[in-house]
Amino acid sequence: MNTVDMQQLKAGEVNLGTSIMAVQFDKGVVIGADSRTTTGSYIANRVTDKLTHVHDRVYCCRSGSAADTQAVADIVHYYLQMYSQQYGAPPSVHTAATLFEKLCYENKDQLLAGIIVAGWDREVGPSVYNIPVGGGLFRQPWAIGGSGSTYVYGYCDATYQEGWGKDETVNFVKNTLALAMSRDGSSGGVIRLAVITEDGVERLFIPGNELPRFWEGKEVLGQDMNKTFTHLAQMEIEA
Amino acid sequence: MTSIGTGYDLSASTYSPDGRIFQVEYAGKAVENSGTVIGLRVKDGIVLAVEKLVHSKLLVPEANKRIQSIDRHIGMATAGLLADGRHLASRARDEAQNLRDRFKEPPTLKAITDRLSLYVQAYTLYSSVRPFGISSILGTVDKTGPVLYVVEPSGIFYGYHGAAIGKGRQIAKTELEKLKLADLTTREAVIEAARMYGVRSHISRLKFLLLTRIYLVHEDVKDKEFELEMSWIGPETQGRHLSVPKELKDEAEKKARESVEQFDD
Amino acid sequence: MDHFPTNWGKPRDEAVDVYSTYPLHSRPRNQVDTFAEGVQHTQQPIVTGTSVLAIKYKDGVMMAADTLASYGSLARFKDISRLHPVGDYTVIGAGGDMSDFQHIQGILDDLIVEEFNEADGNALGPSEIFEVMSQVMYARRSKFNPLWNSLLIGGFKDGKSFLAYVDLLGTTYQSPSIATGYGAYIAIPLLRKVVDGREKDVTEEQARHILEECMKVLYYRDARSLNKYQIAKITKDGIEITDGLSSKTEWAFAESIRGYGAQNQ
Repeated sequence: MNTVDMQQLKAGEVNLGTSIMAVQFDKGVVIGADSRTTTGSYIANRVTDKLTHVHDRVYCCRSGSAADTQAVADIVHYYLQMYSQQYGAPPSVHTAATLFEKLCYENKDQLLAGIIVAGWDREVGPSVYNIPVGGGLFRQPWAIGGSGSTYVYGYCDATYQEGWGKDETVNFVKNTLALAMSRDGSSGGVIRLAVITEDGVERLFIPGNELPRFWEGKEVLGQDMNKTFTHLAQMEIEA
Repeated sequence: MTSIGTGYDLSASTYSPDGRIFQVEYAGKAVENSGTVIGLRVKDGIVLAVEKLVHSKLLVPEANKRIQSIDRHIGMATAGLLADGRHLASRARDEAQNLRDRFKEPPTLKAITDRLSLYVQAYTLYSSVRPFGISSILGTVDKTGPVLYVVEPSGIFYGYHGAAIGKGRQIAKTELEKLKLADLTTREAVIEAARMYGVRSHISRLKFLLLTRIYLVHEDVKDKEFELEMSWIGPETQGRHLSVPKELKDEAEKKARESVEQFDD
Repeated sequence: MDHFPTNWGKPRDEAVDVYSTYPLHSRPRNQVDTFAEGVQHTQQPIVTGTSVLAIKYKDGVMMAADTLASYGSLARFKDISRLHPVGDYTVIGAGGDMSDFQHIQGILDDLIVEEFNEADGNALGPSEIFEVMSQVMYARRSKFNPLWNSLLIGGFKDGKSFLAYVDLLGTTYQSPSIATGYGAYIAIPLLRKVVDGREKDVTEEQARHILEECMKVLYYRDARSLNKYQIAKITKDGIEITDGLSSKTEWAFAESIRGYGAQNQ
């Protein structure tokens, strides 16, 4: 028989869910992430920083296995330092993204890593690259990733518009992440944002108790098996 | 009853030549001989009241209840054979529970009575069974408001503003018609219901009828002991079918007594 | 003789049945023992609730649970009550599968109506409800078809507090402080420190405070929790279940954290 031997497939790794995002605008990029790290449904760290510096104007947002993505980011960080020493100039975002992609693709059997690379460079200005689990490099005007992202594709498609400035872009990222975090149990905590422009990297922070709020359901839905009807009684009967 | 003794009254599965089913009519007799039962449907609730004859002083007071609960919000009072009433109430509870389980909401009385009447009617079809010797007054406040039905031994049922069955039903009906039922509160209806029964132990039937037509009394002149059993459903019971609390019942009986004595003077 | 080659236990043969003339739906089935593979039952919960906490205190029992029903990691329903009153003396709190919990609510509702209909002055208290639930849960696991819940049953009747646990296996125990799910790991140490051995001294304020504290920590550490929860209080005055409450949380310290190691920008 030619059935697939399940034993040969890679055993499922611990999935560390996340909500991450990056959006480019005229002067730079806004990147953002929630701060939850989980093992199963236990929150191992509620104040994680998933926005990882890999060069002066290039950051990545990490999703997937914490260990894998840290290891990959560390290696890329090292390569980019070597690169800027050798060339005497900072690497482009594309260069950084290519390194990430190479590591993710060539080690796909060993890794669980979905990474968004974003930043600013002298050649093309702001740019965002998405590297999904398994590798592949995709440039996008906006990218979302992690388990929480599946809940907000519709919101992003409906909301995103070209030509936004910094403030509108920051708001878009903030709202998208808050929505993702509210629906995804594997995302939560605070929102960390960074605005990367030619001038530098500005960090923003929204505490967990000050997140944008949207529809949160009714107050509490009880069940009505116990209900009786005296409130209706008066209006129903006429002689 | 000219056809009695002609053989057409021995089975519920046999018509008489003029199209009657005597067994069903005899079942009606069992009801007519019973203590009076009334039901009031008023603006915000329901009151049920039963005149329960106490045939022995050795009985535990308040035993053998004739008003039963079918669900939290549904009451049922029967006139006729007590045991038949118990059985039909049990069936009604099953119907109520099935509807509640299926639709996850308190069932309406209409839905229950519809099915209950089919059940009663089935006992008029076969020679192997005897029709129910009871009429039942069912009352509720459900999502459609206050509702009152009477199910008869034939399986027929009607909705009422005020209903009376059993021995004293005629007088009771006359008195019920005088009430502005749609304007009464449930609490007021409790007082009126008690008034219907009067206080036979304090006054003879003759005097009773002469002095006032407000009181329903037993045909039997002998002052037989009776117990007044009352239940209500309304805002004060949070829509539940509960027996009328002792204080209110005492108050109602006291008022009934006072109005009797007024006429006495 | 089975004339259908496709039923001879081999894959369809091009030589015998080139045009697949034997459509699947009209093929006679080979005799198969219905029970050869056994009967499959629910093997996992689908829509789930997380921890429930409860403690005894001076005046009775207090219970807490958030209002989230998750679908895997999706926070699917954010306004579901997991604390359910049963009769006038008991609250049942549930973690685990919410469809099974609703089924349990139906069972208990029927039970309460049955008891109500008796109208005999007796009512079911928490210990009776617990006994029923332990039997129901054990019976279901014995059919290899468990109700996938951890339940806390708390109440107050006849001057006595009651608090007990029962789960999908039929496991039961009683304790002055109990928690299910992650609460068993995270809340129990906090609750025991305050409650156990001091049940008769813990005030309502203290009880509320420790539960609020535990719900906050669970919100910090349980990825299937929500910062919206209810607290139920069962005392001599009956059952009170709050609307949605939320904890004040602390995040400001996180602002200065950078990276996961040497990163500082």
